[in-house]
Amino acid sequence: MNEQTIQQTPLADLHVELGAKMIPFAGWNMPVQYTSIIDEHTAVREAAGIFDISHMGQFFLSGNGAEEWLNGILANDVKKLAIGEAQYTFMLNEEGGVIDDLIIYRFGDDQIFLVVNASMIDEDFAWLNKHLADGLILTNESDDWVGMAVQGPDSSAAYAKLFPDRELPKRNGIDTWEENGEKCIVCRTGYTGEDGFEFFSSVTTGSAWFQKFVDAGAKSCGLGARDTLRLEVCYPLNGSDLSPKRTPLQAGLGFFCSLDTDFIGADVLRKQKEEGLGERLVAIKYTVKGAPPRAHYGIFTKEGEELGELSSGAMSPSLKEGIAMAYLPVDFAKIGTIVDIDVRGRRYEAQVVKKPFYEKS
Amino acid sequence: MIVPENFRYTSDHEWILLEGDVATVGITDHAQEELTDIVFVELPEVGRECEAEEAIAVVESVKAASDIYSPVAGEIVEANEELEGEPALVNIDPHAKGWIFKIKVSNVAEVEALMDAAAYAEFIVV
Repeated sequence: MNEQTIQQTPLADLHVELGAKMIPFAGWNMPVQYTSIIDEHTAVREAAGIFDISHMGQFFLSGNGAEEWLNGILANDVKKLAIGEAQYTFMLNEEGGVIDDLIIYRFGDDQIFLVVNASMIDEDFAWLNKHLADGLILTNESDDWVGMAVQGPDSSAAYAKLFPDRELPKRNGIDTWEENGEKCIVCRTGYTGEDGFEFFSSVTTGSAWFQKFVDAGAKSCGLGARDTLRLEVCYPLNGSDLSPKRTPLQAGLGFFCSLDTDFIGADVLRKQKEEGLGERLVAIKYTVKGAPPRAHYGIFTKEGEELGELSSGAMSPSLKEGIAMAYLPVDFAKIGTIVDIDVRGRRYEAQVVKKPFYEKS
Repeated sequence: MIVPENFRYTSDHEWILLEGDVATVGITDHAQEELTDIVFVELPEVGRECEAEEAIAVVESVKAASDIYSPVAGEIVEANEELEGEPALVNIDPHAKGWIFKIKVSNVAEVEALMDAAAYAEFIVV
């Protein structure tokens, strides 16, 4: 990714004003942290934090038969998605591998809003268009929206301060309305394991909304804290924990795949369910104090046989322990299996543990 | 930003304080502020001999691992084991309790050739 293709979040000036350190991520110039990843992480676990998610992509699909068509493209069953609700799902290739994980929102019978990963906007849009059925209209509205995720136990209080007359939707529920002629979308979803919501508005009003949420008590948080928060609750990151070479079943996300519908890749998943997964995405935690585990570090048996590499890893700010995820052969994927993680030639012992690492007490 | 007067500095943001022929080495206030949230320090082995600018220790923040280079040639005579239990000392007190290792310097002139406080203060502004 060269300089010319780096996109600016519409909130960039505000981030810099708020003291953010900006880095390129998935082709976007985004805040990685403001003061400290640990402080921001803790704010979300104990109070409230706000993340810019404007880099994510937004598509809008409408037309007669949108539901039937989507059920041939996405892994989850769109028929189960009620109007006013959101659904986590996957776009798979013919081999059952993950192109992208996304959340779709149903505004009406044949009106679906899709929120996709930043790095996958162009590829997803091309894939959907390639398969698009006659009579359906698919538009890429990614440049028209800003997004922000307000997360943490105090997030609903921040919402109530901004919108005293609006009720925050229930978990996975959505609400849309106009504020001074500008469209607003809110959904009770997130990527941190905490209560919270994601809020989308027009590019022109984005900075003002972000500042209002900050004023209402949400601490501005960067991608650094977003990554440690999601890893503690074992939410996968596409490109790291999900890939075109692995299926959602191997990632342990079969719950979001409706194997009785006929989406692209379904045959492979059904076959895999019958014949075995081969490898599974597991949660691994250090049993010793050691250097933070990070993506691509090697995993070895106690006898020194290489098993694979970490797909994600971090020193958990909540648990103060090294935590990671990795695909391991099913024989080594059982809870309690002991492995070694190689960090610059030193081996640290770790154990396969139950997901997630962190649960609200 | 603290840049103590009697220390010498490298362009990799290590500080070095010479006493006799043994020098104490750590990372600067500027460096710890850039890294933030130090969660692990991999210390060099005592007795190891190294060249100037050789990667000898690793300081890790939540986000990234950064190599620490020996500012001069010599032999490691001590490592700050307190950092194993409390790596955040590097953030809290980078120029004193957060020191990383002590090195018996082969050639004292190498220390004197490094940036002084005034030069380093200017270096981090640019």
